[in-house]
Amino acid sequence: MLRFVVRRLALLVPILLGLSILLFLWVRALPGGPAEALLGERATPEAVERVRRLYGLDRPWYEQYFTWVGNLLRGDLGVSTRTQHPVLEELLRTFPATMELALTAMIFAVGVGIPLGYFAARRHGSWLDHLSVAGSLFGITIPVFFLGYMLKFVFAEKLGILPTDGRQDPLLDVVHPTGFYVLDGLVSGNLEAFADAFQHLILPGIALGTIPLAIVVRITRASVLDVLHEDYVRTAEAKGLKPATIRGRHVLRNAMLPIITIIGLQVGLLLGGAVLTETVFAFPGFGKFIADSIMARDYAVLQGFILFTAVVFVLVNLLVDIAYGLIDPRVRVA
Amino acid sequence: MSLLKVEELSVVFRQRGREDVRAVDGVSFSVAPGETVGLVGESGCGKSVTSLAVMGLLPRRGVLVEGSIAFDGTELLTLPADKLRTLRGRDMAIVFQDPMSSLNPVVPIGVQVTEVLVRHRGLSSGEARAEAAELLRRVGIPDPARRLREYPHQLSGGMRQRALIAAALACSPRLLIADEPTTALDVTIQAQILELLKGLVADTGTALVLITHDLGVVAGMCDTVHVMYSGRIVERASRHELFASPRHPYTAGLLASVPRLDRPRGERLEPIQGSPRDTLPWSRGCAFAPRCRNRVDECARAAPELHGGSHSLRCFNPIEAKAVNR
Ligand SMILES: Nc1ncnc2c1ncn2[C@@H]1O[C@H](COP(=O)(O)OP(=O)(O)OP(=O)(O)O)[C@@H](O)[C@H]1O
Ligand code: SF4
Ligand SMILES: [Mg+2]
Repeated sequence: MLRFVVRRLALLVPILLGLSILLFLWVRALPGGPAEALLGERATPEAVERVRRLYGLDRPWYEQYFTWVGNLLRGDLGVSTRTQHPVLEELLRTFPATMELALTAMIFAVGVGIPLGYFAARRHGSWLDHLSVAGSLFGITIPVFFLGYMLKFVFAEKLGILPTDGRQDPLLDVVHPTGFYVLDGLVSGNLEAFADAFQHLILPGIALGTIPLAIVVRITRASVLDVLHEDYVRTAEAKGLKPATIRGRHVLRNAMLPIITIIGLQVGLLLGGAVLTETVFAFPGFGKFIADSIMARDYAVLQGFILFTAVVFVLVNLLVDIAYGLIDPRVRVA
Repeated sequence: MSLLKVEELSVVFRQRGREDVRAVDGVSFSVAPGETVGLVGESGCGKSVTSLAVMGLLPRRGVLVEGSIAFDGTELLTLPADKLRTLRGRDMAIVFQDPMSSLNPVVPIGVQVTEVLVRHRGLSSGEARAEAAELLRRVGIPDPARRLREYPHQLSGGMRQRALIAAALACSPRLLIADEPTTALDVTIQAQILELLKGLVADTGTALVLITHDLGVVAGMCDTVHVMYSGRIVERASRHELFASPRHPYTAGLLASVPRLDRPRGERLEPIQGSPRDTLPWSRGCAFAPRCRNRVDECARAAPELHGGSHSLRCFNPIEAKAVNR
């Protein structure tokens, strides 16, 4: 198992290397080059030349590449042209909010999706099954921002049971040692802040988690249906095992394999969806920050964001691989 | 006194948009402790469905089961699900045909054996492990301690079937159903597995229902044989009678297609003409009529009834009985 993990970790190196080259080429390939992109269309040739020299763009491309990678390795992702702050600092400042939101969405999707998909499969052909299939189709097609506004309208504005936007009630007296507000409430012993931060996560979490939920329901249902027809489930029944043992050990354990793969793939989708969700709920995560950076053509930030997202994505899928290996002994050998 | 008594068992699969399939149609048989009873017939004749019905493993939706299945005097068809669960794996067990797909690929062999012990005998997992190692050894798996930790894909086909048998034997069931336990295995392993089952019946007095399409297997194992065709029993006799004097044309056809040492050299094997799909519904006559050499007019007009005592038959024009010396 350890060798398996090490091998998967080693695989990270070529992936990140390839990605860094792609990203590097992407910025070099921008119309008119990065300096022009930075200065806008009406920049004078002298200004362009000055900026090129300032950012080392006049040196050979391989030199530029190695300098850039060298900086990356030291954690230097460059400086945002929009805010003039280091990119890494900006990402770290906005990341916890998004992470908190994405986790909430994922917990919602998995926590509701797996049981729902399981029972839909168990009662294959029943009204619950049909409802889950129709519901998940609906969930996949509904646009995130539309759902976001609807939730906000109904639960925040009409019913007034949940907050409309932001991460925390500004009137609360709170400290933020970690940047994860729910966690902050707990570690600082401020239960009111904890509850408040949590309430702020509910609507955006549901809005962001609905598509993953729909996907998890569908995959779980299909996967459980497949497994229920397997001979080994019949063997388990023939042994007279308790229903709970059969469910956990002989159905879900096997059915989890495709499900966790899908969960891993959802991470990319979540980070994309976060941009929309954070806009709807004025949630100050990096989704909103990135949206602003795109408008401002802030390439250093976008580069950093893509790299960062890719690393998160790769790490999550590494976790998925490890989970896969833990569940399925056949993978460990392969 | 029989341990298992199946009477007039019928199983109908109802599928939306398709005609009902009567997979088992009025089957009766019984098994006594220490007895081995064979269910024989070509693919699709209803052997597995019969065994699943006895174990209560047929899906509840879309399947109609009628008749009576009495286990040690208890009617299983009306027994509540939780009561049936305590019988299954403890008092009655089944070994399935395909040892690869019948074992869970992501659960260690050890757990797949111990879970029965933990469930039915309330052993702690430590006790169960020791017992499981002993079981594996008994079914002829060398180095049981290591095998317990391994996964199905690390075992050979024969070893997997032994592991399944070990799980089935874990609680010393009084009834064991073996559904084509050797079909997926090569010949030497087949012989070993059959020896194992035979020894089990001899040692513990387990009642064994052996399901197979291979009359060679029957010849070495069974006391009584039931030949099935299209969901019904068409001939029933002691093994000795059946092999010496098969009377139903279908049984004779099956026997003629088995290589035998006592057959004159050079005699050709004759497979039964046609395939199991060339079947008449029993409602219209004898199901075997389209393939039968002995067919008479009556055969396509009504279904023959099963009659006779220890050697029963379902046929209008059976083969003459030979004098059987015992
Ligand atoms: N779930 C099901 N739905 C509909 N029909 C079924 C189902 N299971 C079995 N049958 C039908 O019941 C009949 C008997 O099947 P069964 O599996 O008992 O055959 P078998 O004698 O065990 O054959 P084999 O030697 O191939 O195992 C077949 O015609 C099959 O098509
Ligand atoms: S009843 Fe007729 S068709 Fe059927 S087996 Fe006997 S002789 Fe053949
Ligand atoms: Mg079968």
